[in-house]
Amino acid sequence: MDNPPDLIAHPDLAPRAERIRVSHLCVSYHGAVALHEVSLRVNAGSICGLVGTNGAGKSTLFKALMGFVRPSQGDISINGLPLRQALRRQAVAYVPQMESVDWNFPIHVANVVMMGRYGGMNLLRIPSRDDHRAVRESLERVELWPLRHRQIGELSGGQRKRAFLARALAQGSSVLLLDEPFAGVDIRTERLMIELFQQFRAEGRSLLISTHDLSHITGFCDEVVLINKTVLAYGDTSEVFTEENLARTFGGSPAQLLTSPGLEPRLEPGRQPWRSEP
Amino acid sequence: MDPLFWLLEPLRHDFMVRALLVSALVAGICGLLSCFMTLKGWALMGDAVSHAVMPGVVIAYALNLPFALGAFIFGVGSVAVIGYIKQMTRIKEDTVIGLVFTGFFALGLTLISKVRSTIDLTHILFGNVLGISGEDIRQTVLISVLVLVLLLLFRRDLILFCFDPTHARSIGVNTGFLHYLLLSVLSLAAVAGLQTVGIILVVAMLVTPGATAYLLTDRFDRMTWIAIGSAVLSSVLGIYWSYWMDASTAGCIVLVQTGLFVLSFLFAPRHGLLAQQRR
Repeated sequence: MDNPPDLIAHPDLAPRAERIRVSHLCVSYHGAVALHEVSLRVNAGSICGLVGTNGAGKSTLFKALMGFVRPSQGDISINGLPLRQALRRQAVAYVPQMESVDWNFPIHVANVVMMGRYGGMNLLRIPSRDDHRAVRESLERVELWPLRHRQIGELSGGQRKRAFLARALAQGSSVLLLDEPFAGVDIRTERLMIELFQQFRAEGRSLLISTHDLSHITGFCDEVVLINKTVLAYGDTSEVFTEENLARTFGGSPAQLLTSPGLEPRLEPGRQPWRSEP
Repeated sequence: MDPLFWLLEPLRHDFMVRALLVSALVAGICGLLSCFMTLKGWALMGDAVSHAVMPGVVIAYALNLPFALGAFIFGVGSVAVIGYIKQMTRIKEDTVIGLVFTGFFALGLTLISKVRSTIDLTHILFGNVLGISGEDIRQTVLISVLVLVLLLLFRRDLILFCFDPTHARSIGVNTGFLHYLLLSVLSLAAVAGLQTVGIILVVAMLVTPGATAYLLTDRFDRMTWIAIGSAVLSSVLGIYWSYWMDASTAGCIVLVQTGLFVLSFLFAPRHGLLAQQRR
């Protein structure tokens, strides 16, 4: 195959209807149900918010999409391929929560981004010229190229986020899983990130963004999935974001809770879950 | 004393030359590994594995097998037992580690007192690099080469594994393999280190140089070179020191290592105590 002109554009980025299809997915850990009958579809070039309380199964769904957990039932396909095959093609990139990263690790920005390329390298992980070029392109995209030799802990909060977005770009993935990307981010960084997300969307990538903070979602998500062990509501943001659905997601009136056993109320009565926390 | 005499006189003895070479090699290998140990946060695991290899070493000697084989089996075995107990019960990991390695160590102690063999308990506990036998040298060199090759071969994967195991797994890197690879290398390095400083102090070889280097640099490559350099320097200086003072070799080696750490802790240009207070 000839060198594609743009290395960080994955061949799978060709226009297609759907990126992620999850059908009847059930996952349980040691007998405890984590996800039950989850079905959803994320289209190409769309940003999908994954909203639920802590323990609602957001991270389990991410783990399932990365192939970390074996579903007891159901299946997942990415870009029309079975999950395993798609993962081998580096179709899925995971952007971790910033708290889970060891910022004192003796590694610099360019090396972190290079790690996005490891999956496609030989066993010794010796980067080719293409790998170096992809790293450069990715870092330029997020405007971190001048800082590439910084140790990662020397970056500001927003730069740290961008470094990990660059790694996902370098991986060339068409599906990006973002775990609580707005936690602890100032307004300026948030705007910058949303701008990048919209660029990714325009390129045909699909983003699945997990959050328990609703204030971000309405602004730029095309679709929303509300989950609590199972999909409570799913579809276009404007249709799904009703008070009734949110009450179901975060625990609402007692009457509703009675009709849906197993869903734990997480919020005190009177609190409005669709307002972000102060 | 004339410094040249101080340096050269001990080299007139064959056992000193051998001790210096073997311990420098072992220290270098352990120093390289210590970078991964400190970054992965496996110091306690290193302590556990180094103690747990003891029954393996005793059994191997008794059966006339290579001691590295016994050490390897028991080192990896102890970690498997730790993982199993942690998974099956609600006991916290550090408790499990503590109880498993002391159990293995006690087994080794008991065996050594009952099994008729030529091994000396104090040599296992505190090392015997000045009296190391030709066969032990051969095995130690072999282990060191093996450890070095494995660490170099999987260097980038291991760095990734230490830094971000989730990403590693998500791009298809076999993290289970890397986990056991690092453990195997740890068992092998522990048994090599045991030759020079003994079971009790081998964890110092597996932790201190890495910690010293970690305070001095923010780059992994430099960190490994500093760790290796400080480890080799410590073992050479430690052996000289023990020769001239007629003191415990293992004690001297580890004391020099600790001394270098204290220097780095105080004077490291960015992460040292003085630099931080000046800020």
